[in-house]
Amino acid sequence: MYGFLIAVGALLLLSVVWMVYRIQTLVSVVKGSDKKIATGSNKVNAFLFLVFLVGSGALMFWYSVKEFDNYQLPIASEHGVITDELFWITMVVTGIVFLITHILLFVFPYKYQYKEGRKASFYPENHKLEILWTAVPGVVMAGLVISGWMAWSDITAPAPEKAHVVEIMGYQFAWDVRYPGKDNVLGDYDYRLINASNSHGIDFTDKNSIDDFPSPKVVIPKGEPVLFKIRARDVLHSVFAPHMRLKMDAVPGMPTRFWFVPTKTTEEMRAELKNPEFEYEIACTEICGRGHFSMKKVIEVVEPAAYQKWLSEQKTFIQQNPSLAEGLKSETKELAGIN
Amino acid sequence: MATATVASQNTVVHEHQDHHEHEHHDNFITKYLFTTDHKMIAKQFLVTGMFWALIGGFLSTLFRLQLGFPDMNLEFLRPILGGWIDEAGKLDPTFYLALVTMHGTIMVFFVLTAGLSGTFSNFLIPLQIGARDMASGFMNMLSYWFFFVSGVIMFISLFLKTGPAGGGWVVYPPLSALEQAIPGSGMGMTLWLIAMVFFIASSLLGGINYITTVINLRTKGMSFSRLPLTIWAFFLTAVIGLLSFPVLFAAALLLVFDRSFGTSFYLSDIYVAGEALPNTGGSPVLYQHLFWFLGHPEVYIVLLPALGITSEVIATNARKPIFGYKAMIISMLGITILSFIVWAHHMFVSGMNPFLGSIFMFLTLIIAVPSAVKVFNYLTTLWRGNLIFTPGMLFSIGLVSFFISGGLTGIFLGNSAIDIQLHDTYFVVAHFHLVMGSASFFGLMAGVYHWFPKMFGRMMDAKLGYIHFWLTFVGVYMIFFPMHYIGIAGFPRRYYSWTNFEFTNSYTDLNMFVSIAAIITFAAQAIFLFNFFYSMYRGRKATLNPWNSTTLEWTTPIHPGHGNWPGEIPTVYRWPYDYSKPGAAEDFIPQHIPLSQTPESNLPHEQELVKVELEIMREEADLVANESKH
Repeated sequence: MYGFLIAVGALLLLSVVWMVYRIQTLVSVVKGSDKKIATGSNKVNAFLFLVFLVGSGALMFWYSVKEFDNYQLPIASEHGVITDELFWITMVVTGIVFLITHILLFVFPYKYQYKEGRKASFYPENHKLEILWTAVPGVVMAGLVISGWMAWSDITAPAPEKAHVVEIMGYQFAWDVRYPGKDNVLGDYDYRLINASNSHGIDFTDKNSIDDFPSPKVVIPKGEPVLFKIRARDVLHSVFAPHMRLKMDAVPGMPTRFWFVPTKTTEEMRAELKNPEFEYEIACTEICGRGHFSMKKVIEVVEPAAYQKWLSEQKTFIQQNPSLAEGLKSETKELAGIN
Repeated sequence: MATATVASQNTVVHEHQDHHEHEHHDNFITKYLFTTDHKMIAKQFLVTGMFWALIGGFLSTLFRLQLGFPDMNLEFLRPILGGWIDEAGKLDPTFYLALVTMHGTIMVFFVLTAGLSGTFSNFLIPLQIGARDMASGFMNMLSYWFFFVSGVIMFISLFLKTGPAGGGWVVYPPLSALEQAIPGSGMGMTLWLIAMVFFIASSLLGGINYITTVINLRTKGMSFSRLPLTIWAFFLTAVIGLLSFPVLFAAALLLVFDRSFGTSFYLSDIYVAGEALPNTGGSPVLYQHLFWFLGHPEVYIVLLPALGITSEVIATNARKPIFGYKAMIISMLGITILSFIVWAHHMFVSGMNPFLGSIFMFLTLIIAVPSAVKVFNYLTTLWRGNLIFTPGMLFSIGLVSFFISGGLTGIFLGNSAIDIQLHDTYFVVAHFHLVMGSASFFGLMAGVYHWFPKMFGRMMDAKLGYIHFWLTFVGVYMIFFPMHYIGIAGFPRRYYSWTNFEFTNSYTDLNMFVSIAAIITFAAQAIFLFNFFYSMYRGRKATLNPWNSTTLEWTTPIHPGHGNWPGEIPTVYRWPYDYSKPGAAEDFIPQHIPLSQTPESNLPHEQELVKVELEIMREEADLVANESKH
């Protein structure tokens, strides 16, 4: 019944719109406005550009200021301070260009709207102007590029040797974390070794893998360099830690890396944001299938002393599941401490 | 001299009769379906493009419902979506990915490449350069029908039980290669690849034709330095397409091999669905290089024609020559060349060597310079003009606005250090929807409103055009501007829902706002559709040159037949932007008016050309006279 009423209502509305349209057309024919070059609508459109400029400009400024703390995520890494600074410098430069060009773009239509009897000025070229506005963007761009390039080179430079290594492996639809243990070297892996009890495909015949241990979350020390070694098991994924300003794809068959220095512990960030529930998060930013939107891993940043303590408390893969060591040579088993 | 004129008129009449006899043979099939007339083919592209725009837009309203109203019961969509709505009335997450994938594919390739280039390159190239038709009408026909077949195949894929392709419009392997990873990578992806092969063939057939026609079939006097900027844009677009689409074909072919024949071009070390695959040694990053070698030029394939159309429409309606005609051409040439060497800026955090990233950052930010020059030139063209706001003009000004807004955010993304945070967030979505999506769409709209009288001999209703423009212009900003904030906050793309993460568990109000804006903007396109189809039959009859434009297409009859000009093709004597020339009686001088007829408005260097011009005209007349003796 309601459906029928809605249909009738819609039909009536449409016919009203139709009538208005026809009447409007007929009126314009009678007035002869279809023969004119520019009708009253020309003035209305010119004026609307001004209205749009003022209205949308005000909306933009109001919202940008009001929401600043919500869209500006707090920074928790050393390089994040630099990239954010670059971001805001670029924002100021482009913001100025944005405003000037838009003011011109919307004021000109108002100012130079059609007037009968006026003739537009014949102004086909001006080489000086062209050179000027080729050179100025060129110089500004060069400045932005060079500062960006310097930051990029530092960020992507090889990690310091003492960096704490953490392996993050993406798969549909979660992240697995592996630590290298005391030797700070991750053991070899081979995707063909993956099975239900060895989800990483770790090769335990490699001595380096004996002290490797898993962790349900990424724990890292504040103020010390951390190197994420990133890989994927099935399809592309991408490690994104928004507060760390960190992003790197996880590629099957091609390990990638990203190193950084966290600057605030989780506790400090909780205090800063007055949110006792706050956690640093890792999300996936490369489309990977049905569960793409749910690949979450928590990062916990702690003081270096607490980190060392945590490290010493962790149990290796083999300690957690001695069956993994089956078939290994006895001396390796001794190293693993399970004889 | 007098006899010569008479003689040439005789030939005109003669040709005219020939022409008529020809047209009588046209039946429905040869006139509307398998036509070789570039004007009809253009209309075929346009209507097909509009159909696809509606499908693509509709898909976006579906996923915007999910994003803006995550708790909404979508049971009412079951009649259309069937099993993709689960028992709880929720959209299936896999189908959500299929929706965004198909939205992207359809909009980029079917609407903004075929719908825009296909329509206006076909329609305007012969008309504006003074040619009877394309170099090969048959290839042109094939171009449309390959596109049509491609569309049919893509359309069928929407109805598969396992869904259409769902790996994003970039279809990165391994996701797109492994059916185990996502169901859309089964039959849906196979059909996607087949459809794209047909599409690439269509683009190449079209592109070869456009290039050949522009080079070979220009009328007398139509030198490259007298081409309207539209033609320059279409020409360079075709060159870009011709050089980059084959690379996409190669990428797709290797993907077909990996999917069906067990090769390992892109696949390596994969353990999926409880099984280790035998593939080793491949690289997913290789695919990304190949894809973006097309993918980035593709941005300019959709944008350049829109910019060309805008140049033409703005100059005409500002009653002013386009400022810096040569600078515009050089900018477009610069963009064309640079567009091939910036592709890897889509891959800064793909695991590619960071040094390569630095190189591509430098090259990318160089391309901002010619783009900036174009914007400044548009602004200067508006300055001290006598602006008439036809719907086409409004859409052109809108385009410039989007081009600025979206172009400036490109400076953030082209900077690899800043891109670390912004890559694959909504900031990117906002950026390319403004600069490539909306700007090109507005170029398309400007073109339709401007050349509708030439296409159908009738005018579209201007008032409806104004309403359509303002709703769409404001709507587009309301959709995409808020996405910048969401993107700066780090919201990733292609997310089905925001509630799993604390950092994205906000802005529900803004997302709802965006969704409402999207639905209203989509609905507003109904005004355009009505205007388009109604005006086609019942619109006010057009005059010969309704916008008082200078270019050659307006010298054809109101309903040009196959062959465009009933008599001889007009000769061109001047550049296409003689608007408001000092001394001239009217505020425009068409390209086919000889300089010798306008001594009052000639510039000093043009006055010198008059002698040469008269000389050529005399020789011409002698030739015609000799010919008619036989």
